[in-house]
Amino acid sequence: MPRTEPKPKKGSKEVAPATGSTLVLAEGLTIEDLVDCYHRMVLVRTIDERIWALNRQGKVPIAASCQGHEAAQLGSLLAAEKDADCFLFPYYRDLALKIGVGLTPAEVMCSFMGKVGDPYSNARQFPLQGADLRHRVIQISNVVGAGLTQATGYSLACKMLGDGTVTLAYFGDGSSSQGEAHEAMNFAGVHRLPIVFICENNRYAISVPQGSQMAIEDVASRSAGYGFPGIVVDGMNLTKSYEATRDAITHARSQGPVLLEMKLERFMPHTTDDDDRRYRPADEVKEARQRDPVVTLAAQLVDHGALTEQQVEDIKAQATELTDEATDAAEAANLPDISSFTNLVYAP
Amino acid sequence: MAVKSVIEAVREGIQEEMRRDPSVFVMGEDVGRRGGVFLATQGLLEEFGESRVVDTPLAEASIVGIALGAAFRGLRPIPEIQFSDFMWPATNQLIGEAARVCYGTYGQLQAPMVVRIPYGGGIRGGLFHSQNVESFFFHTPGLKVVTPATPYDAKGLLKSSIRDNNPVVFLEHKKTYRLVRGEVPEQEYTVPIGAADVKRTGESLTVVSYGLMLHYCLEAAQLLAQEAVDVEVVDLRTLTPLDTSTVLESVKKTGKLLIVHEDNITGGVGAEVAALAAEHAFDHLDGPIVRLCGPDVPTMPFAQNLEDAYMPNTEKIAQAIRNLAQY
Repeated sequence: MPRTEPKPKKGSKEVAPATGSTLVLAEGLTIEDLVDCYHRMVLVRTIDERIWALNRQGKVPIAASCQGHEAAQLGSLLAAEKDADCFLFPYYRDLALKIGVGLTPAEVMCSFMGKVGDPYSNARQFPLQGADLRHRVIQISNVVGAGLTQATGYSLACKMLGDGTVTLAYFGDGSSSQGEAHEAMNFAGVHRLPIVFICENNRYAISVPQGSQMAIEDVASRSAGYGFPGIVVDGMNLTKSYEATRDAITHARSQGPVLLEMKLERFMPHTTDDDDRRYRPADEVKEARQRDPVVTLAAQLVDHGALTEQQVEDIKAQATELTDEATDAAEAANLPDISSFTNLVYAP
Repeated sequence: MAVKSVIEAVREGIQEEMRRDPSVFVMGEDVGRRGGVFLATQGLLEEFGESRVVDTPLAEASIVGIALGAAFRGLRPIPEIQFSDFMWPATNQLIGEAARVCYGTYGQLQAPMVVRIPYGGGIRGGLFHSQNVESFFFHTPGLKVVTPATPYDAKGLLKSSIRDNNPVVFLEHKKTYRLVRGEVPEQEYTVPIGAADVKRTGESLTVVSYGLMLHYCLEAAQLLAQEAVDVEVVDLRTLTPLDTSTVLESVKKTGKLLIVHEDNITGGVGAEVAALAAEHAFDHLDGPIVRLCGPDVPTMPFAQNLEDAYMPNTEKIAQAIRNLAQY
């Protein structure tokens, strides 16, 4: 992440809760930040929709959509960027986060098509899985929960080295049932590590609803068992996701871990291989889409006078153009050299 | 040269590497205040402090997962799994994750860590304090697997493992810890990973082994010398990467191969060594390739007579050598 501005002070100023399309500027955020964020959000949504279309055309073998998670992911990323010393351990649904850090659309498309140009694993792994060290991102696998202990270890090392880095570890409500989620948070609590655990709770572990996953309302309440704060956040709200993460980063650096639970919606099936009509009520997604973070942010920016309707349309057209170009580039890109596929089993 | 036990050699190896490289640290259950249940880390807390000698909660998956994450930040962790039998909760982090780090990130990341694991039976440990776990790691590309038998090799291989940029499963046979003593130089030395060692030269028959069984093989070879059978004993020392050339060279010379290990026979290291000999030394063989291994029961039982029945020993090995020599 590029170093941007000085770190904001701990705590946010009192703001009225966001209602309707009213834009609330959080401390440390400018209107330019939000416009920039809207550009990224539209690009992410455009790419997200395109990879599903490409999947149906047989060009992308697998994709997990982040639709509905964009505000939480990009809001938290904004806080990490403002802080300028965070390291990210995302999970498989963090498409907005992984694109948002600064990958080019062509890199993203090459990754989804399994072509040379994939920055994460040179097309050895599922799309955008492996590491993007240029942007300080690691996601080794999609065995859920496994990344949480690794993120904790990364954070332990940062503390040992005294380097000030705060680790952000993302996971879904499904992962919260894993034993390693408990082990990671317990260890982080004992050592007061500079880490923020961010649960993106969309209430579904593929098809299993929250009520069959846990006997509690809020994953955040589990933090009490680890001796650190747990905070429920409206993950459909960009500003609130930003603020919560900003404060959590500050807390983590000085006092130890925080568990954030971003309550949000999953608009699409689990992956391109899933059919959510088998297990989700028909109106549920339709209703959830009424709170689409991309639509909401556009309306807020227009309402605030930061963008005109025409500019919103231009941003969408630009994202489509970028995605078209990236798709063409990825289709033209080479498959990995077959002679190299046994390389790098071991490090030199 | 000073004579030391295996456990002393292990402790010295860790201590010297921690002095040499500030990025090396140990973590695990009871490794700090207690100095390890086998005392492998005794004195380290006092010398290096709590930040480099981390007493962990009793949770193996996170011991390895946290070590792996620390390795991503450039440290060189030495996580200890207290007994091999407790390894299973951490196998995803080791087999599933660590082994795939370099390959799965196209070399962007490495996972330099040494997972130390006391293993093996013959100590009345029953089903859950005796297990041989090597074949699971041996089967996994991306891991290195080291199985020293002597104090000299334990220290030298441990130092090489700590300096290696890959995840190393370092298996220390519990029964050798205090039983086996040997000369260890005062001056700095290392033993390379991936090099077997001919512990006894001979002309009439090759015995391949590792760990505790290596010592029983050497005793058996001594017995057979009185019967004019000249046995060569090859200590694999490292299972991955396997030193196939040393094994094949020996087999081509003697024409007969006996493989001895304590682990279950089916799908064990011996099966791979046998396959290699059959494939690459077939024309040199003067008899069937023979394996003397633990039977396919889930670890040696607790009762003394049942444990004895499980464990290969000097007498059983001597008889197997005798039979093969007479073929």
